[in-house]
Amino acid sequence: MSALFVLIGISILVAGGFLLAFLWSVGNGQYDDDYTPSVRMLFDQEKNTAAKNETENIQVTTPTTK
Amino acid sequence: MSAKIPPEQIPSCYHCGDPCEEPIVEEGKSFCCQGCRQVYALLQENGLCTYYDFDKNPGIKARGKFLHERFAYLDDETVIAKLAQFRSEQLIHIHFSLPQMHCASCIYLLENLHRINPGVIRSRADFQKKQVFISFNPQQVTLREVVELLAFIGYEPQISLKDVSAAKSPDINRRKLFHLGVAGFSFANIMMLSFPEYFSGGYITEHGLKEVFAWVIFGLSLPVLFYASASIFESAWKGLRQKDINIDVPIALAIVITFGRSYYEIFTGSGAGYLDSGTGIIFFMLVGRWFQGKTHDALSFDRDYQSYFPLGVTVIRNNREENIPATRLEVGERIIVRNGEMIPSDAILLEGNAMVDYSFVSGENIPVACNVGDLLYAGGRQVGGAIQLKVSKEVSQSYITQLWNNDVFTKDQEKLTSFIHPWSRYFTIALFTVAISAAIYWWLHEPAMIWPVVTSVLIVACPCSLLLSATFTFGNMLRHFGRQKMYLKNEKVVEALAAVDTIVFDKTGTITLSDRHQVIYAGQVLTETDKRMVRSLAGQSAHTLSRFLFQSLHANETDTIPVLSQYQELSGKGIRALVDEVPVRLGSADFIPAGDNTGTDAKGARVYVQIGNQPKGYFEIRQQYRPGMEAMAADLIKMGYQVTVLSGDHDAERSSLEKIFGKSANMQFEASPQDKLAYIKNLQADGRKVLMIGDGLNDAGALKQADAGIAVTDHAARFTPASDVIMDGGSVFKLSRFLKYARSGKTIISISFIVSILYNIVGLSFAVQGLLSPLVAAILMPASSISIIILVSLLGNYMARWKGLYKN
Repeated sequence: MSALFVLIGISILVAGGFLLAFLWSVGNGQYDDDYTPSVRMLFDQEKNTAAKNETENIQVTTPTTK
Repeated sequence: MSAKIPPEQIPSCYHCGDPCEEPIVEEGKSFCCQGCRQVYALLQENGLCTYYDFDKNPGIKARGKFLHERFAYLDDETVIAKLAQFRSEQLIHIHFSLPQMHCASCIYLLENLHRINPGVIRSRADFQKKQVFISFNPQQVTLREVVELLAFIGYEPQISLKDVSAAKSPDINRRKLFHLGVAGFSFANIMMLSFPEYFSGGYITEHGLKEVFAWVIFGLSLPVLFYASASIFESAWKGLRQKDINIDVPIALAIVITFGRSYYEIFTGSGAGYLDSGTGIIFFMLVGRWFQGKTHDALSFDRDYQSYFPLGVTVIRNNREENIPATRLEVGERIIVRNGEMIPSDAILLEGNAMVDYSFVSGENIPVACNVGDLLYAGGRQVGGAIQLKVSKEVSQSYITQLWNNDVFTKDQEKLTSFIHPWSRYFTIALFTVAISAAIYWWLHEPAMIWPVVTSVLIVACPCSLLLSATFTFGNMLRHFGRQKMYLKNEKVVEALAAVDTIVFDKTGTITLSDRHQVIYAGQVLTETDKRMVRSLAGQSAHTLSRFLFQSLHANETDTIPVLSQYQELSGKGIRALVDEVPVRLGSADFIPAGDNTGTDAKGARVYVQIGNQPKGYFEIRQQYRPGMEAMAADLIKMGYQVTVLSGDHDAERSSLEKIFGKSANMQFEASPQDKLAYIKNLQADGRKVLMIGDGLNDAGALKQADAGIAVTDHAARFTPASDVIMDGGSVFKLSRFLKYARSGKTIISISFIVSILYNIVGLSFAVQGLLSPLVAAILMPASSISIIILVSLLGNYMARWKGLYKN
């Protein structure tokens, strides 16, 4: 049964790890705005390639519009 | 001017979606104006055309190049210092409020500003708060240039001294989440560690296990007591200091007793305590507060005129134009107000054609023509060319702004005490009665039981369920109201709405539509050809009255299109042109020389018509009432409300108002902003609870004074005076249903109180007998909390449907 003491200790440590992760994410401002990031993620790919192209001074080909 | 394309074929602007009457075609895309085309060109040049892919016609109609000096005040050192959140040689951080933000494309464009101007280091949009955070390098780009760029692409930031001084921090919301996280963690782990205790009935055979678990639980409970429950203790302490027993006082007491007794049991080894239920209750209460506190970030309920008035004013000093902060404007100075700018203080017109749009003040958006020597009021917006004015009053002493010198705005009155307040007091009294009776009983029979019985009575009968039912009911109701575009400041407003017995309406912009008008023709009958000619002439002008006239005269597809030539627009007078070689004039009475100018009982603005050399008659443009007003008014009267209409206009609309509100309704016309405020005060002096519904700055005093104030707006992110509620114009007809729903809140809470009292009776019956085991508490307390949360949510949703909130 003494295994129980070890397991309890581990379980609290794991849970504490998750708590710290949560507190960190709140402190980091990840809960400040819960809408814009959902839109922003749709831009990512285009933005990255564009930014890269810009640094290499290559003309960006814009996607043709509807 | 050449022939025009009929509306059926009018293409919509690729940038902003407006119909293009004279499309500018470039690369197969049509634009309504040069402004929109320029924005497109800028985006294309920088490879940002993805902007047009997320939404169709996402752009905001560009007003073209703004006037050079418009943002000059942003070069001022003191202004920069005030606006910037962080400032160094290389870096400036700044937040802007952009109410125009409306779609995914907006976010895309605003976050790619660095590609248009490399001086911008980073820009981040917050869609819900309608804010953008920008960091830029002041050595590469000035603040003024950043703002000019934003204004150019259609997102002119709202900059005012008010917003500057009070930038909202996200810290309050974060603190709530920190507390919630800690409480949830401790609650879940304590619950898990308490299981052996529940199932063994208190007799754990394994040596040492009980003690270790008890000490781990003790450790886990400390952060809850000393950190997570801080807000409850703060609120209770605040209440006590004001000699008031608010609902947090008995809760704080229950927490102290629960934790105190549990710690005593753990230290003496006599039991396991009630920390599982104690931390659980704190967790549930924090969830309730967080849920209720999810308010409408993008809306600001506490604005005063400073939020709307311009920061900078152009004055003429020593024959030079200078840009100074509006607050430093002095009486007697000469100022210039350009197209689209706001008049900062009451002033006399010196030169220029003034057409002033007072929609900001009164809700009426037909511009008023003024002559030289007329007094123009602060808050009006100039439409047309630049005008010169002589300041006759200071900004804070003007007709509208002096309203803010009234006591209402300086006192921050607590409007009402919550109706759960008396309940919690009765509850506390009843609780202590039970505890004392139990103590007396056990003192007579078995004195050793007094201490455990009294503490368990206080533990089990925590008024948490009272608090939970109130927070969840109101939080849920705020959500339902929000879905119907009625945004409440906080949960107290629900109770205020439920308590009103008198409703005062403003007329213009509140029960009338601000953007649509009724056009009525009087005079000689116009033939179809005449109408076509008038329509095509009116279509040429951007003047508000011409737009209304143009919209009201419908064209048929088969019509031939008249040919226009020699078009002329005389600012403040009217327009004329040759239509199919016939001279046509539209405009004010003195613009039609031979016109019949009689009939002074005008109910609205008039546009006189002359075709050939013969005056025909006039179009009268009247306000149009919002649809559904009759049904709403009838409903309100049936519900027993006393209804009053206050209007700043003359009483020409009396008969149509009587049709809506009935002959018995009170009406008062030509009411000044101060009159409106005084009217509300008088009603309140008679012991009435008043709901004021208005829209303009002229209602600001009345909205603030009333027990509940609703500001109506057709663009929720735009202008609203300080109020308790911001309501979308399209929802006004649902007012009677909103009030019914607000009233039902009391019913919901009463029902849930009864249920929670039943739980309390069960719990207390265990406690007074000294039989409250941790297991009973651990089942009873979360079960009661959760079942009450479910009950109030279901009732709230059901009531919303039953009271017709979702019916159109």
